[in-house]
Amino acid sequence: MNLMANIIPAAAEIFLLAMTCLILIVDVILAKHSKFITYALVQLTLLGCSIITVGTHENNVVYAFNNMYVDDLMSDVLKIISYLGMSMVLIYSRQYLKLRGLFTGEFMVLALFALLGMNVMISANHFLTLYLGLELLSLSLYAMVALQRDSAIATEAAMKYFVLGALASGLLLYGMSMLYGATGSLELGAISNAIMQGVPNKSLLAFGLVFILAGLAFKLGVVPFHMWVPDVYHGAPTAVTMLIGSVPKLAAFAFTTRILVEGLQSLEHDWSGMLIVLAIASMAIGNLSAIAQTNLKRMLAYSTITHMGFMLLGFISGGIEGYGSAMFYTVVYMMMSLGAFGMIMLLSRAGFEADTLNDFKGLNQRSPWLAFMMMLLMLSMAGIPPTVGFYAKFSVLNSIIQTGHTWLAIVAVMFSLIGAFYYLRIIKLMYFDTPESHTPILVGSDTGLLISINGLGVLFLGLMPGTLMSICAVSVQQSLLLH
Amino acid sequence: MIFGLPVISVTIWLPIVFGILVLATGDDKNAPLARVLALVGSILGFLVTVPLYTGFDASTSAMQFVELHDWITRFNIHYHLGVDGISMLFILLNSFFTVIVVMAGWKVIEKRVSQYMAAFLVMSGIVNGVFAALDSILFYVFWEAMLIPMFIIIGVWGGPNRIYATMKFFLYTLLGSLLMLVALIYLYNLTGGSFSILDFHQVAIPMTAQILIFIAFFFAFAVKVPMFPVHTWLPDAHVEAPTGGSVVLAAIMLKVGAYGFLRFSMPITPDASHKLAGIMIALSLIAVVYIGLVALMQSDMKKLVAYSSISHMGFVTLGLFIFNAYGMEGALLQMLSHGFVAGALFLCIGVLYDRVHSRQIADYGGVANKMPVFAAFFMLFAMANSGLPGTSAFVGEFMVVMGAIKINFWYAFAAASTLIFGAAYTLWMYKRVIFGTVTNHHVAELTDINAREILIMTILAVAVLVMGLYPLPLADIMHVSVNDLLLHVAHSKLPL
Repeated sequence: MNLMANIIPAAAEIFLLAMTCLILIVDVILAKHSKFITYALVQLTLLGCSIITVGTHENNVVYAFNNMYVDDLMSDVLKIISYLGMSMVLIYSRQYLKLRGLFTGEFMVLALFALLGMNVMISANHFLTLYLGLELLSLSLYAMVALQRDSAIATEAAMKYFVLGALASGLLLYGMSMLYGATGSLELGAISNAIMQGVPNKSLLAFGLVFILAGLAFKLGVVPFHMWVPDVYHGAPTAVTMLIGSVPKLAAFAFTTRILVEGLQSLEHDWSGMLIVLAIASMAIGNLSAIAQTNLKRMLAYSTITHMGFMLLGFISGGIEGYGSAMFYTVVYMMMSLGAFGMIMLLSRAGFEADTLNDFKGLNQRSPWLAFMMMLLMLSMAGIPPTVGFYAKFSVLNSIIQTGHTWLAIVAVMFSLIGAFYYLRIIKLMYFDTPESHTPILVGSDTGLLISINGLGVLFLGLMPGTLMSICAVSVQQSLLLH
Repeated sequence: MIFGLPVISVTIWLPIVFGILVLATGDDKNAPLARVLALVGSILGFLVTVPLYTGFDASTSAMQFVELHDWITRFNIHYHLGVDGISMLFILLNSFFTVIVVMAGWKVIEKRVSQYMAAFLVMSGIVNGVFAALDSILFYVFWEAMLIPMFIIIGVWGGPNRIYATMKFFLYTLLGSLLMLVALIYLYNLTGGSFSILDFHQVAIPMTAQILIFIAFFFAFAVKVPMFPVHTWLPDAHVEAPTGGSVVLAAIMLKVGAYGFLRFSMPITPDASHKLAGIMIALSLIAVVYIGLVALMQSDMKKLVAYSSISHMGFVTLGLFIFNAYGMEGALLQMLSHGFVAGALFLCIGVLYDRVHSRQIADYGGVANKMPVFAAFFMLFAMANSGLPGTSAFVGEFMVVMGAIKINFWYAFAAASTLIFGAAYTLWMYKRVIFGTVTNHHVAELTDINAREILIMTILAVAVLVMGLYPLPLADIMHVSVNDLLLHVAHSKLPL
């Protein structure tokens, strides 16, 4: 195979890596007050990556580097959305980071490395590539959580994240090695073929599957592997929390799809049963714990757990409907989560974090527009039409009822009902209570515009969800069923 | 067509657009502008519904003014609207009450006027959507979206215990809605990929599934009606809501639940409806009798009318589930009439509350001495609430009792007892509030209703009397649709 055929599918990642290294060097030369240049370069890099990803798009699935790497429609769509998400993260967090002295080259370079890791995960077709991407992502995130060096709570969160993350990586590696032992390959397609033809050592396969699922569950943050989520979300600077809570979910979706669907499809009967347990437990514990939170970041952490549990329902039902709806759910979730964390940062000022529920009291009196945006976001998270969150839940429920698990759908909607309570509580605080402080809210024009686009986007996609739904379904169909 | 635009879409989107315009007037500095804009919007919103009435063909049960466009092609979901003899009148009722509510809140609402008016206008459009939607997901979207403005209305402008009431209202109704969603998706898969309500009407469903679907729908609709025993949100929500909110809750929201039974439960699951009719009738009669007795014991006027609403809605569900034309048409007339009567009673209580800031019966007495004009109007509506012949309420109640007596004498007997209880609690309240001597200085300082209030009351009084004396035009509109529905429900939908 010639070199170009290998490089083209990975061109965006190669460009991203080169630019990140370049930015790293440029940033060192730049004076402390001219970090805006770094920021602009990062945004340009993201734009460049999008152009390359679109430009190198092929209609069929392309493998590169001896089948270690795959470029298909799903990976392209997810990558473009993740560039967009990362760009939004950086716009939202610029002012916030500046006020805290964290608007540094390190932050941006680490963010780009994390993005690179995600993209590698999204395009991986081999356990080693998957693992490589995952570790690049995780290590960047560990460092970012600890970026605020003199904050005890951030350091604790980073430590916890690192230790538990390492444990999960270990589980995952152990599982991979067992699968390698059972099937003789690390390539997803080959593993799938080997299992279909029959594996002599069934118990090895079963153990491998369990370990891999545990590792996956940890990375997704679903119960009972969710312990790190609230602490990390709470402890990390909000900009980092936003990053952890949004874009990597796309990579986690891709990661799950690649392993479970492309690699272990023939074991679907086994893993879907385990996923049912994980999903129900996540929805139960996530929703019930979220009610008790007084810190919005912690509440959103538990809400993430719930949402990931709900997303897993799509995997349980399987098929284009199922995986397509899971992908749609993940994309929608990323959008809502960006908006919600964005709002926390918008309301924060120098030396003040607007991360408790009480900080949202009477927001409607302080800024009706921001309150309205937050209301849209919260309604969307609760899955109330006419916001897009409803269609995310709707498409997952549809796939699950289609496969005959109606009881599971009823369980899921009952937990959504519980979930609706704590989202409504935010609306209650904003609209029905009187504000605790009357400090004017200073909103930059860029963040103000972005939160408006974000909030209205949730509404607009709620009125016209068809296109995004179809994109997700088609990309899953083209990527997963062709082989 | 109105100016080249489809009628039903205009009735839905015009109030919503005006709502957004009103919202855009911003804070209370521009309150006069917001009020005028809201009034213009609501009156226009009512006027555009008139073509539905004038252009309606009462000789067919088919859907009319149909609009059908692709919406979410992936799930075969359409923007599908249309009305028949069952739904058309409710669109008129709803748009009419939006005008009343805007007028009623004219002076009373002083904080965040634009948001208040906008919430009602937006809700008016959404409720029209609920009545006109023929695609079940479109219906569901309107159905849920309806909760959001109401949640805000009760929570912001409501009474002291408003937060509890509005949360309870939202979560209670959401519970039912979510189960309905599951049922809708199940039906989608059963029909082989259609969310059209009309397709749901045709599909054959096995008995067990019918019963489960019926139960899911029951939760959604019974909560809204509300039927005993899921009625407990209503007194809370009513008591805490501002006057306009109470009026809309009573006049419109409760009808949406009964409409759901007519449009979904009965035609989609006819066999389950017949099988479970006994339970439905029992629950209806409990509501009529027991809740009527509960109403008798209330010391809060709004709570009293709220319980009386539940009791009257029991009549409606009774009329629906006895499966004959008298019962069903009576139920529909009762729904319309109850909208006017309960709406008017809440407005009357609102008039008193605005002046004295109390809803306790004990705080009043001798109001007639100070507010003779008001007392006269209040008398009319109180009489209507007790089902006096000549008022709108009598027609519906009488027809339901007639229908019930054909099925079982004791059903009719229990239902008719409400004529006594209704008269008892309403007139007893009326007596304690209006008659007697002036009891305290609050009452002594009362001023009679002003021109704006007289206008509102007169419109409602005329409506109540006209409907009571000459209900034929209304009955004519629903007649064919009701007969067709009964015919449809009489046929089993079990798979052969």
